[in-house]
Amino acid sequence: MNNKTIPHMPSPPKPFYTRIKTWLVLAVVIAIYAWAFSGIPFTGIKQTAWQITKAVFNGLFHPDWNYVYLAEGEDLLRGLAETFAIALFGTTISVFLTIPFAIWASRNLIRTRLFSGASTFTLSLIRTFPDIIMAIIFIKAVGPGAFAGVLTIGINSIGMLGKLNSEAIEDLDMGPSEALKACGANRLQTIWYAIVPQAIPSYLSFALFRLEINVRSAAILGMVGAGGIGTPLLFALEGRTWSRVGVILLGIIVLVTIIDWISGKLRRRLVQGKA
Amino acid sequence: MKPSEGYPVKPSPSLKKWMTLALLLALLWLSVRETEASLSELIGGIPEMGKFIAKMFPPDWKYLRVVLKPMIETIQMAILGTTFGAIFALPISFLAASNVTKGWALRTPARFILNLSRTIPDLLFAALFATVFGYGPLAGMLALSFFSFGILSKWAYEAIETIDNGPMEAMTAVGANKLQWIYFGVIPQVLAQFVGFVMYMFEINIRAAAILGIVGAGGIGIYLNRTLGMFRYDQTVVIILFTLVIVLAIDAVSSRIRGKLI
Repeated sequence: MNNKTIPHMPSPPKPFYTRIKTWLVLAVVIAIYAWAFSGIPFTGIKQTAWQITKAVFNGLFHPDWNYVYLAEGEDLLRGLAETFAIALFGTTISVFLTIPFAIWASRNLIRTRLFSGASTFTLSLIRTFPDIIMAIIFIKAVGPGAFAGVLTIGINSIGMLGKLNSEAIEDLDMGPSEALKACGANRLQTIWYAIVPQAIPSYLSFALFRLEINVRSAAILGMVGAGGIGTPLLFALEGRTWSRVGVILLGIIVLVTIIDWISGKLRRRLVQGKA
Repeated sequence: MKPSEGYPVKPSPSLKKWMTLALLLALLWLSVRETEASLSELIGGIPEMGKFIAKMFPPDWKYLRVVLKPMIETIQMAILGTTFGAIFALPISFLAASNVTKGWALRTPARFILNLSRTIPDLLFAALFATVFGYGPLAGMLALSFFSFGILSKWAYEAIETIDNGPMEAMTAVGANKLQWIYFGVIPQVLAQFVGFVMYMFEINIRAAAILGIVGAGGIGIYLNRTLGMFRYDQTVVIILFTLVIVLAIDAVSSRIRGKLI
């Protein structure tokens, strides 16, 4: 390289080592990919795949509109309503259950490191726990149906909401609560009058954000029997009635889009109100 | 009402607030009815749940040998799914970013595809691909590819829209074409961030991959379903714990790499 022509330029300290390191990283990445590709049977595609794909697309473009409303029940609209009900009720439960976790996990309210650490650990454990498995456990308890879905979403959302809220509390301005403490307010009074008013906008905003996730989640929980539109979808897939699969897919897309849109609007308003 | 003491007075905000609250409560009441929630059912179900959990112990640790291979398959599905999702996400995120694609004729359809793919949950993709391509890890890989595509491209185009426009203006001034412009002006600014997104997506996909098997899309989820069906909860708990350990380990490695990149 022409940097040898510049006399003041010191040579790089460990060129050999860095070059080896780059090659090593590259080799590891290639090895990982070779290993990953070896595990997926690309050749084992069903002969009928192309025909089924055509049938699926045909169904998607010719949805079974009759399924949207059936007089005797078990139709698309009722399925979507149940899905939304599961998401809304589940989110509401988790919004209340989150409060103690959020307070316990925030370092500026709880000074005992061990205590807040235990809460952070519990929250991350809940976040890693797959919602589908939780749904299966709740189905064992209350039987298959929408209520199992509600409980799953109610418990499973605590993980994320607790983390976000405790971080938001840690970022709060502690001025007001110190002022209250100086006036002789007790712990509960400080939380109620200094922390809560500041935390409310982000708390509601997180709840709406989680509602968006939970609508998607409620749409699939039915696949293991926890109510909502997932159950008829699974039946339609298994029965290969593609026009019905098509109309259910469209229904889910419309529901999720509407909820995202409303929730996004409300969240923007909350953020503006806070600023 | 006159604004006194310099404070702006809002015209009766309380009515609107009460209406919102009433609407929310009405929706909630309807939800409770729709889902047939009952506290007594929950309390009555607790012993059932207790029995279920009691049956998990002691865990059948020998079952680890059986689920090792599907667990490896799960990781492979997640690696490839994330990669294919990322490969397709990058070009479309350029089309969706308003500072790269100035014309709406390309940008609007690109954003439409993104929004559409993000409305469909991962398990739904998996169920769809499993019926089309047959049960197995290929369906899972495809499901994760589509799922990652939607999320990654949204993150990527939002990152692209926040970059510094100085280098690109300089390049336009010296006559660079669009491809040169993207390659030398945009990519260097977003690459590290994009790799960070991909690693994070990989963490999400490992969790997702572990359950895709429930609808037949390969990986450890198949065994989860099987052990539950045979009431071998002592084996189910082994799968759950194994999954948690793997997810936590990969999270730790991946967030370390992400920390180095950013």
